[in-house]
Amino acid sequence: MSPLQNLFDPQVLAEVGFAGTLILTFGGAVIAIFPRNILYSVLGLALSLTGVAGVFLYLGSPFIALMEILIYVGGICIPIVFAIMLSKPLHLTLPKRHLPKLGLALAAALTVFVILNSIIFKTPWQRAAVTNDDWSITSLGIYLLTRYELVFEVISLVLLAAIMGAIIIAEYSRRSQS
Amino acid sequence: MNSLHTYLVVAALLFTLGVFGLLQRRSLIGMLISIELMLNAASINFMAFNRFLAPDPLIGQIYTLFIMGIAAAEAAIALSIIVAVFRSLSSIDIERAQKLRG
Repeated sequence: MSPLQNLFDPQVLAEVGFAGTLILTFGGAVIAIFPRNILYSVLGLALSLTGVAGVFLYLGSPFIALMEILIYVGGICIPIVFAIMLSKPLHLTLPKRHLPKLGLALAAALTVFVILNSIIFKTPWQRAAVTNDDWSITSLGIYLLTRYELVFEVISLVLLAAIMGAIIIAEYSRRSQS
Repeated sequence: MNSLHTYLVVAALLFTLGVFGLLQRRSLIGMLISIELMLNAASINFMAFNRFLAPDPLIGQIYTLFIMGIAAAEAAIALSIIVAVFRSLSSIDIERAQKLRG
């Protein structure tokens, strides 16, 4: 097989796509964390969430990947951008962090990473004995309206209460200021 | 690419970046962004276990949907609190939010 044909082998293409997805995810996360201008951080968050949607695609669920883009990139990043742009100096850059504090934060994060990794590699993961391969959206909808009906309704209630609370908090702070 | 460990390590790395951002950031919006990264790492974990271990591959997807709903509610509340804090302090620097200090 010539190298060019080798490049279009589905397996190789899948590997390259997966590497691209990971670069998108972690590159976006790094952009989200480090710049001191907050607008860059939001754009990095959007990039990273798009990468996570790609990871979901590789995990076999296009529906969840689409929901990720719809809810996170569309529904969470946009309000953050609105909040930044509507209140005047939110986009101002903050003073630099002290180096010792940065080092402590890095040490804490690395501790978390090491502990998580040791758990991941020491646990003998076992596949469930009986598995069914039903990935269809139809059965997902049936589950949401039968077995997980109560959770579904409670989540709707939580969302409603959260949005009403957000409106009341924003309104109250404006009234108490003037 | 096709093993459980790959996805778990990816999720752990994303979670670590979120923890680092949460500890290192001083602006409230930056901390909110880091929390979103951590929630996404949890979602990746749910989907990975769902794909490789779970008896029924629909339940992990449903849990991921619920996580997204909760994250949307959390972002709405957090943004309104940030706007309120900004109005009363004229800053979103977390170290200046000390009104309750004795």
